Amino acid sequence: MINLKQIQKSYPVGNQSLHVLKGIDMEVGKGELVSIMGSSGSGKSTLLNIIGILDGYDSGDYHLAGTLIKNLSEKRAAHYRNKFLGFVFQSFNLLNFKNAMENVALPLYYQKVSRKKRNSIALEYLDRVGLKEWAEHLPSELSGGQKQRIAIARALISDPKVILADEPTGALDSSTSKEVMEIFKEVNKLGKTVIIVTHEHDIAEGTDRIIMLKDGIILDRNFQLAS
Amino acid sequence: MFDIDKWQEIFHTIDKNRLRSFITAFNVAWGIFILIILMGFGRGFQNGVHHQFDDDAANSLFINTGTTTLPHRGIQPGKQINFDNEDYNMIREKVEGVEYLTGRYYVSGEFTVRYQDNYSSFSIRSVHPDHLHLEKSIMIEGRYINDKDLMEKRKVAILGTKVVKVLFGNKHPIGEYITINGIKYKVVGIYDDLGQEDETKIIYIPISTAQLAYGGGNRIHRLMLTMGDATLEQSLEIQDKVHAMLAAKHVFSVEDKRAVRIFNIWEEYIRWMGIFDGIRLVLAAVGIFTLIAGVVGVSNIMLIVVKERTREIGVRKAIGATPHSVIGLFLMEALLITIVSGYIGMICGMMFIESGLLSNLMLSFGFPMDFFIDLSVNFTNAVVATFILVFAGTLAGYFPARKASRIKPVEALKDE
Repeated sequence: MINLKQIQKSYPVGNQSLHVLKGIDMEVGKGELVSIMGSSGSGKSTLLNIIGILDGYDSGDYHLAGTLIKNLSEKRAAHYRNKFLGFVFQSFNLLNFKNAMENVALPLYYQKVSRKKRNSIALEYLDRVGLKEWAEHLPSELSGGQKQRIAIARALISDPKVILADEPTGALDSSTSKEVMEIFKEVNKLGKTVIIVTHEHDIAEGTDRIIMLKDGIILDRNFQLAS
Repeated sequence: MFDIDKWQEIFHTIDKNRLRSFITAFNVAWGIFILIILMGFGRGFQNGVHHQFDDDAANSLFINTGTTTLPHRGIQPGKQINFDNEDYNMIREKVEGVEYLTGRYYVSGEFTVRYQDNYSSFSIRSVHPDHLHLEKSIMIEGRYINDKDLMEKRKVAILGTKVVKVLFGNKHPIGEYITINGIKYKVVGIYDDLGQEDETKIIYIPISTAQLAYGGGNRIHRLMLTMGDATLEQSLEIQDKVHAMLAAKHVFSVEDKRAVRIFNIWEEYIRWMGIFDGIRLVLAAVGIFTLIAGVVGVSNIMLIVVKERTREIGVRKAIGATPHSVIGLFLMEALLITIVSGYIGMICGMMFIESGLLSNLMLSFGFPMDFFIDLSVNFTNAVVATFILVFAGTLAGYFPARKASRIKPVEALKDE
């Protein structure tokens, strides 16, 4: 599903250039539930952004579902993000002036699904994450855990192949984190590829495989947590 | 563009961000409002200036007598110059380019004028037949003074509407006799005048009659003439020629401009038009700056909006928004707000002018309202101005929107 070959990425920092990813080779199969770990600055978020086509890379090749993702026009990038990918962010990134249902429905707006239809689909997905009663509420009226479940519903609504989550439980307490993780597992059971960037052992433990990153290279493709 | 869903999305965004939308809208509406007011102001001023000259023939010379100020052929300065019928005849016969010519013999003071039991005092002007055209009197009944009146020194009178009202009330005055200081005159005509009301409180009689009846001999106090469609240069030539002729006849220096004083209304008119053009230029400049201020205001708000919504743009892009749709979102919102508020501003401005509120306001501030008449706005101009602001405002919104659409999602989503 996801195939990275010798991905390199550096950022300009002032006059210098910061080499973040120093040749990443990585493969994630269809239906895998994978976590990426690493200390801060190891490049795990950058890697996820590249996989999510939110950011470009300098050299190497990235294939998503058999398609080479390289030098895409903004329009094509938007198309792939919408069709293949679903994002879940640490800070939720819900639009605060839209209610829960409208937030969930937004990806379908960009697929030109009519308002009525996309809102009813959004309600279904809200039901799946157990928040149907909260459909009319604004994000500001919801708890962190609820917001993240809405964000997951939004990521799922366009029926993407891959769900990417960047520290999805970073802003949540441990019990809510568990709930959210359960949802990811369920999603995975439905056949979706899920990649979670995290630094929490509890979260990483719940995934099939842990990829350990350090200083821009992959340290271990199947890291075993010391129990 | 006419995607209902897109518009719903835009209405929704405007509705959920009311303060921001209101401030943008107010900015545009206010700009248009001020612009419309300025346009009405300019138009009123134009009308006012025209009106000032409409009353009298624009292209005319007023020739007044004076005293010499330069020694000439051994005669000391201080000699009084007087006109008489010969001067009138001389100009009539020898000056080319004169369209209408009249003299005026002033019968000093106001005279008691009587009709039956009604009496009042009015000014009497004794004139030649051409005076009708110089004063732009409008005959509403009967006739003006004619050459036969002049030749036979007939005792006929032409009354202003105000005079008729005072002396006759509702009675029909034509053919009736009025008494001016004991002498009876037959009323043969009634006139009106567009100028001040006092212009219709005057009684006109033939100049020859007045000269005979009130001991004037053949004297004339003032000569007035029009020059048709002569240009400024031609009118100045005629002015010089008349002056030279009078200088030769009355024996004073051609250099002596105060022995006979000639007042060229054409010159005055052109001077006024110059002032008017200047004021119009100022108004246009103020208008343009108002427009620019409006455009800058809108683009400023757009910049802030884009900044404020950067994260939203990032989210939208992450879930599949194309750059095109991001530009569209911002542009349509700006367009909608500017069109609606521009329209409101335009209507308010026009109502403010047409209802007379503006004139009342100006009056209360002590503007000389003689120079501001019929404050009004040309609808087409108003629409064009509104369109320009809407267009420029939207254009000003385009660049921040385009910039926003090009932000990489990863940049837009960065935590502050």
